[in-house]
Parts: sequence; structure tokens; C-alpha cells
Amino acid sequence: MTAPFPTRKQEEWRYADLDALKPVWEQFAEPLTLTIGAGDSFEDVWVPTGDDVQVKRMSIALGAGAKARLFVLNTASVYGRIELQVSLEADANFELFAANIGDGQSTNEIVTNVRHIGERGRSRQVVRSVLGGKAVGSYLGKVEVARGAQQTDGEQSVKAMLLNRGATANCKPELEIFADDVKCAHGASVGELDETQMFYAQSRGLDPASARALLLEGFVMGLWDNVADEAQREAICAAARGALRRVA
Amino acid sequence: MLDIRNLHATVADKPILKGISLSVPAGEVHAIMGPNGSGKSTLGYVLSGRPGYEVTEGSATFDGKDLLALEPHERAAAGLFLGFQYPVEIPGVSSLQFLRESLNSQRRSRGEPELSGGEFIKLAREQAALLGMDVDMLKRPVNVGFSGGEKKRAEMVQMGIMNPKFAILDETDSGLDIDALRAVGAGINRIMRAPDKGVLLITHYQRLLDYVTPDKVHVLNAGRIVRSGGPELAHELEREGYAEAAA
Repeated sequence: MTAPFPTRKQEEWRYADLDALKPVWEQFAEPLTLTIGAGDSFEDVWVPTGDDVQVKRMSIALGAGAKARLFVLNTASVYGRIELQVSLEADANFELFAANIGDGQSTNEIVTNVRHIGERGRSRQVVRSVLGGKAVGSYLGKVEVARGAQQTDGEQSVKAMLLNRGATANCKPELEIFADDVKCAHGASVGELDETQMFYAQSRGLDPASARALLLEGFVMGLWDNVADEAQREAICAAARGALRRVA
Repeated sequence: MLDIRNLHATVADKPILKGISLSVPAGEVHAIMGPNGSGKSTLGYVLSGRPGYEVTEGSATFDGKDLLALEPHERAAAGLFLGFQYPVEIPGVSSLQFLRESLNSQRRSRGEPELSGGEFIKLAREQAALLGMDVDMLKRPVNVGFSGGEKKRAEMVQMGIMNPKFAILDETDSGLDIDALRAVGAGINRIMRAPDKGVLLITHYQRLLDYVTPDKVHVLNAGRIVRSGGPELAHELEREGYAEAAA
């Protein structure tokens, strides 16, 4: 039996493109599950496939002292959704470095629910969006800290760059904390390219389009500096470069 | 080489430059001195084409070309370099990538062959070493985490790599200690002192002029050049202050 089709009344589907999702829902109705045992490490790089609609729903359970690190580029031409449910036992560590890059009428979203169950867990989510045309890019990130999950360290850093007036960024960090000794930092900003940086680059000889592309590259590429596998880092950076060229 | 005639410019509709005429022939270094707010930086920005700085009257030609009709990147390709008073930070972009793309973009528009990665690194290493900077500093994002002095040194490394025909250096001496000042001064002489090059050196103080001797000194006040003279004028300004010297 397939899980019921979501509605926009559900917060985590609020900005979704449900029309695009409907025909493919059956494949994605059940999230993939992944368990990282105590003390183990997991790292993955998600490079887009090129399909119009791309959905990834994953539930990750991190055992005590386990580590997971995800590097993600979300850039579907119609609808892209990265959905992560993560739970952290004591001393577990979760890191997400993700970008939404969209143009045209596309909707790309990253929806996370990170639950700190055990003590001293650490989660870090860094999301950058570059949006042109009438694209929508969203980050909905909920961090829950359970009673007793003391000394949790949770961080969310969300920045979006809008290249056209018609583009939309939704940034919604959300905290639900039931422990009293925790650190949960969150920052969100939406902006346009810095004029001073643009002029500096042009004064050195870059035409406006190249200057814009370079600045956007800087805004996004820093996310993936720490991808361990060189070939994978090249792959995600190359895909992002291609996407930025379309958008800028 | 650089010919400025009766130049008027406004910033946010406020007149800043009120009729500047100035001619820098090839092979010469001219210093522009003047108090805060006299229009020195505005002159640099107008000549390099910064948006928001509007020319309302007058002309500026560079090697016979109408400078003011060119976009900022076209001015760079024509051989103009602006050394920034406050060099700009660009997170996420390494200096090496920034400079290589900029230089190759200039070379393309001049119809010159682009430099390969290897050729560029060699050039960058040479130029960095000449200014006492480790090339590893240039692997870091543009100007990010640099001290004020390092930023100014990095501007000179950029100038060495670009090898422009004409440099406008906006308070390149501010924020420098004595050693850095000497290194920057030597850099300006080495890169720009040539019969086919020119420099407009914008500064508050005489001290950089101890290292880079100007052929002419102009005093800017309230958007106009109120006095011009030889290098001795800078010493007079230092002794007597702008108020006296400009009176």
C-alpha cells in the first residue's frame, strides 16, 4: 500500500510542486532508509541526474558516535526535492552542504528534519540557493533536540541569491528544543550580487556576464571544498558550473 | 597618454568634480594630493567607470580613445588599472582563478593568446615573489582574511600580473608599515616606470613620494585642481598643510 499523496497543508510540502510529483509519487512514497552503526562514517555526493523531476527522500539513523556527511546539488528543471529525516544518537555528527540552483519556472527544495536524540550530537547544515527567472528555491529545516540531548550543537546557515525579480527564495529554519544546555545557531539571508564586487571584477577585465558567473561560483562552490573524493568533487562542481551558466 | 579636459562628475546628483583638466604624458608619474572629500577617489572611479559616478561635462581620452565611452572591463583591456583604496573581498573565489580569468579575458579582447594554467602560475609566482608575497596566499579567496597591508601588497601583485599601460593608484600607501611602503613603492617603480607607461598616484601624504618620485604634483580641492608643480610641491604641502598651500 502506497503512502497517501501529500497535500500543501502539510508544512513540509507547503512549497512543493505537487502537480509534478503526482505522476511519479509511487516511486518515492517510501523514503529510503539508511542506518549508520555506532562509530561508522558515511559520506555521499548527490549530483543531479538531468531528469525534469528529481526526488530524493531519505531517512538516516546515526548510531552513537556515527558520522554522515552529504554534499548535494539540487537543480531539476521542473521539480527537485531533497528530503532528509536524520536522527542522531549520542556524539553523532551530521553535515549537509547543499545548493539549490534554479531558473525558468522550476521549484527546487531541500526539506530536513534533524532530531538530536542523544547527548553531544552535532549537526551542521549549510544551504546556498541561486535563483533566476521565476524559479522557487526553498529550505525548510527543522532541528529537534529531545529532552536529555544535552550539549547538542546544531547549526543552520542559509543564504539565497536572487538574480531576477520574479525569483522566490523561502528560508525557514525551525527549532524545537526540549533540553536546556544546547547551542543551536541559525542564520538566513536573501540578497543580490554585491555591486562593489561586480565593479572590482570588471575593473580587472571581466565582462559583466563573466564577473557575475565568477561571483556566483564563489557563492556556491565553497560548499564542496571538503568532498574527500577528487572525482566526485569535480563532478558536483562541474554540474553546478553548468547550472550556474544557465541561470546567470 | 591620459588627457582629461574640463571633467565634471556627480555622485547621487551631487557635483563632486567641477572642471578638472589634466594631462599625463607617457613616461610620467603624476601625484594627486588633497584633503579628504576633495574628489580624489571620485576621479579614480570616474576614470575607471564605476557605476553611480556620472560624468556631466568634459572628456577623458586614453591613447586617443574616448575613455568615458568604454565599459569598465573594456578600459581594463585597453590597459587601465585601478588600485583600490579598499581592495574588495570575494569569498569562494581564489585569487589565482580570479586573476587568471581576468587576465585572459583582457588578452582575448586584445586578440592576444590566452595563458595556460602553467604559464599563469609561473607569472603569478614571479610577481608575488617580487612583492615579498608567497604564492600560496593567492590560492586563498580574493583578499579574504588579508590584513590591510597584505591587501595593498596583493593589489600590487595584481598590477604586476596585469602589467597595465596606465595605473591609477588610490591611496595605495594608506595602512602600510614602513617595510610594506618600501616594497609597494619599489613595485610601482618596477612595474610602471617605463617610457610607454603612466601613473596617477592619489595620496594624502608625502611619504609614498619618497619612494616614487612624481614628475608633477597636483593639488585637488573641492573638485578642482588648485595648484600644480614639481615634486617640491609635495614637500611644501607636507610642511604647510593643504589650507595654506591651496590658498
